Amino acid sequence: MQRREFLSHGALAAGAALLATRVAFARVATGSARFVVVIMRGALDGLAAVPPLGDRDYQELRRELALHSPGEPGGALSLDGFFGLHPALAFLQQCYAARELTVLHALASPYRERSHFDGQDVLENGSPRPHALQTGWLNRALGALPRPAVGEAGVALGQNVPLVMRGAAAVTSWSPSRLMALDEDTLARLGDLYARDALLSVRLADALATNAIAGEAGDTAAMAGQAPAAARAKVRYAEVVRAAAGFLRREDGPKVAVFDTSGWDTHANEGGAQGQLAARLAELDAGLATLRQELGPAWQDTAVLLVTEFGRTAAINGTRGTDHGTATSAFLLGGAVAGGRVIADWPGLSARALYQGRDLAATLDLRSVLKGILSEHLGVESGALEQVVFPDSSSARPLRGLMRA
Amino acid sequence: MPDPIAAAIAANRFGLGARPGELGLIGADARGWLRAQLQAPPPTLAAADLRPSAQILSQALELRRAIQAQRKVQAADAGASAGEDPAQQRLPQFLRPIYTAEVSARLQQSLTTERPFLERLTQFWTNHFAISIDKQFLAGLAGSFEREAIRPHVLGNFTAMLLAVETHPAMQLYLDNYLSVGPNSPAAQRRARRAGPRIGINENLAREILELHTLGVGGGYTQKDVTTFAEVLTGWSIGGEGARFGGGEPGRFVFRTELHEPGAKALLRRHYADEGFGQGVAVLRDLARERATSRFIATKLVRHFIADEPPPAAVAALADAFARSNGHLPSVYGALIDAREAWAQPLAKYKTPSDYVISSFRGLEIPLEADRTPLAPFEVLGQRTWQPGSPAGWPDRSADWDGASALMKRIQWADAVGARLGNRREAQQLAPQLLGANLTDATRQAVAHAASAAQALTLLLASPEFMRR
Repeated sequence: MQRREFLSHGALAAGAALLATRVAFARVATGSARFVVVIMRGALDGLAAVPPLGDRDYQELRRELALHSPGEPGGALSLDGFFGLHPALAFLQQCYAARELTVLHALASPYRERSHFDGQDVLENGSPRPHALQTGWLNRALGALPRPAVGEAGVALGQNVPLVMRGAAAVTSWSPSRLMALDEDTLARLGDLYARDALLSVRLADALATNAIAGEAGDTAAMAGQAPAAARAKVRYAEVVRAAAGFLRREDGPKVAVFDTSGWDTHANEGGAQGQLAARLAELDAGLATLRQELGPAWQDTAVLLVTEFGRTAAINGTRGTDHGTATSAFLLGGAVAGGRVIADWPGLSARALYQGRDLAATLDLRSVLKGILSEHLGVESGALEQVVFPDSSSARPLRGLMRA
Repeated sequence: MPDPIAAAIAANRFGLGARPGELGLIGADARGWLRAQLQAPPPTLAAADLRPSAQILSQALELRRAIQAQRKVQAADAGASAGEDPAQQRLPQFLRPIYTAEVSARLQQSLTTERPFLERLTQFWTNHFAISIDKQFLAGLAGSFEREAIRPHVLGNFTAMLLAVETHPAMQLYLDNYLSVGPNSPAAQRRARRAGPRIGINENLAREILELHTLGVGGGYTQKDVTTFAEVLTGWSIGGEGARFGGGEPGRFVFRTELHEPGAKALLRRHYADEGFGQGVAVLRDLARERATSRFIATKLVRHFIADEPPPAAVAALADAFARSNGHLPSVYGALIDAREAWAQPLAKYKTPSDYVISSFRGLEIPLEADRTPLAPFEVLGQRTWQPGSPAGWPDRSADWDGASALMKRIQWADAVGARLGNRREAQQLAPQLLGANLTDATRQAVAHAASAAQALTLLLASPEFMRR
């Protein structure tokens, strides 16, 4: 079995980690750190997004979907020589070059079955088991921030709050609306009518607070009205990204945002350099570029984490796609990230190395990454991390040095 | 003994929301009103423009072939521009009106039916066997799938519904099974000799049948069972799709022996002889009889009709009814009606956006206008018909729907409805007709003292008791 340790800037890493702690502390102390979580629902094919071009078994497993080497037509983008990046991820490659992107590979949550829905539940609830908790790790982390938020600490870009952000800490949701705003009088009467309703009174107050902040986000939804469905979806996605930036760049707004992307469940005709998955990745990449641009100077204090519930089979299946798997890749980017690295304890793709003979094996626990980010970037104490945010996670030691010096 | 709360529960929780006069019609025997809806055979949707899925699918396949042929010609044309391709719009232009007509017919049924409990059950089952129109052809097939695979079986047997669903072209397409090929099938062996691209198994449908349609996750199956079941299902396909395999009536389910993985197979402690199509049918029949399946279905029904956290006693009662009757669905619904818990908390369920829109339309007797598609409210409120986005279907808990932004959209939509209908509906009169014994003094007062007829209607639709069922 080939095992390799990748830390492209390994020599720097030790010193950088020390410095990072100090600078990150400044961000924590002033409360300027921003954190965005993007959930890729449907199980991202990590071996397509971050192909291990240097692995001797990669070509045989991926066959006609295998990406070519950098420089060849339709070839992967260059990362560190061993790993490449899918050609649709041009902005991510720029981030990598600017040392603002860390790629994590062969990682997985503690979940080891292959149900999307249980996989997403574990990804979001932060425990080792599906449905063990009804609240999300991100919400519990918000409750343990060193500087409690004044208003809502977090915002979900969508009509409803996903499990990862549900819980006791005050959070809200926002999504673009094509409907007319209500007059003050009707709102006041509804406020009275909801006064004795524990759920609706809180939701209404949150919605009003959020709308006040989002007021300046602009009304591009109207533009989307008559466009074809695919174009409409793109406009909505761009709108969600712009809104997220609009919330985060404010001094008095929420500092943590979460939103979903979908379309990653590529069972058939997944495509290679071009095709179904490539189109989704290109859209994601463009959205992240927009996020960076819209955040402006706040990008320097931002970390964006892209995660999915699990990976896909190492080999392509009989219908030029991939079925549900285990380990996959994740992306951590932003001005606050100590990037330019691929972090992977690569287990290899040989038949013996594959998990249950079919999937990329997990060598990195997602919770180690999450603990590292939450402690270094947001200043969540280790006691809270171990007991409240990620119960039963002592086997997952925090990954240090993820944040920038 | 008259029980005013029971009537409100029957109409709003079991039904699709009270229409004016419905609570009076239900009267004292709420349970009897529900049971009566299970008597006659289920109605078929009556609308002139609804067509069978085989016809729709064969036309869509034909259209796609024509588009591809045209592209080839264009590609051969050296001077052809790489810009806008009008052909790309031809499939959506074909599928979209079908979707619109199907949604309209379904909504019309929801608004006018005298058996709203039956209609809610239909929607429950379509969501249990979820397909989603984000896969292109499904926009044209979702409605006919519900009409052909769900509706005829809502008052029948679970096994029959399961077989109808899994052999429906819409499900074969949605979960990719029509392309799945046994590694030792004649087709795969021919391919191996010619060294073409590898063809083989796609396990998507097999996994979701076990996880989402029958046993439920944690229902005792392994990865090996999933893979073996996928082999069992190879050859289940669609006529006219995948021209390289040929044969079959275009747009209809077909069993292709040349794709089927030969041999006897063992899964879930049972042995299945090599009998081609019959092998998969035998597995489905056995799955429908598993205890885990009865518990899984019972849990979902209880969550939908009683509470987000299903009371165990009610789940046990429904699971027993399912097992004892071998999946006879009216027996299961009977146990649901008889469950004490179903009548204990009148407003335990937060409405989904679809519930909210349909109950508003019913309550205010909003007619469907022939020249307007009724799609918008479902889209704006976040639950586009037949687009749950995943084979798990729409979620069924309050937390999935009660977000701040979602609430604000409901209120804004209620406000728009109020503005449109305010001077043509009497909110004060409607409130007790729609909410019955659930109407609170606070809402009664708010409606009575509203600044305008329009605002009164908005407050009624946005009231806490109208948000729930």
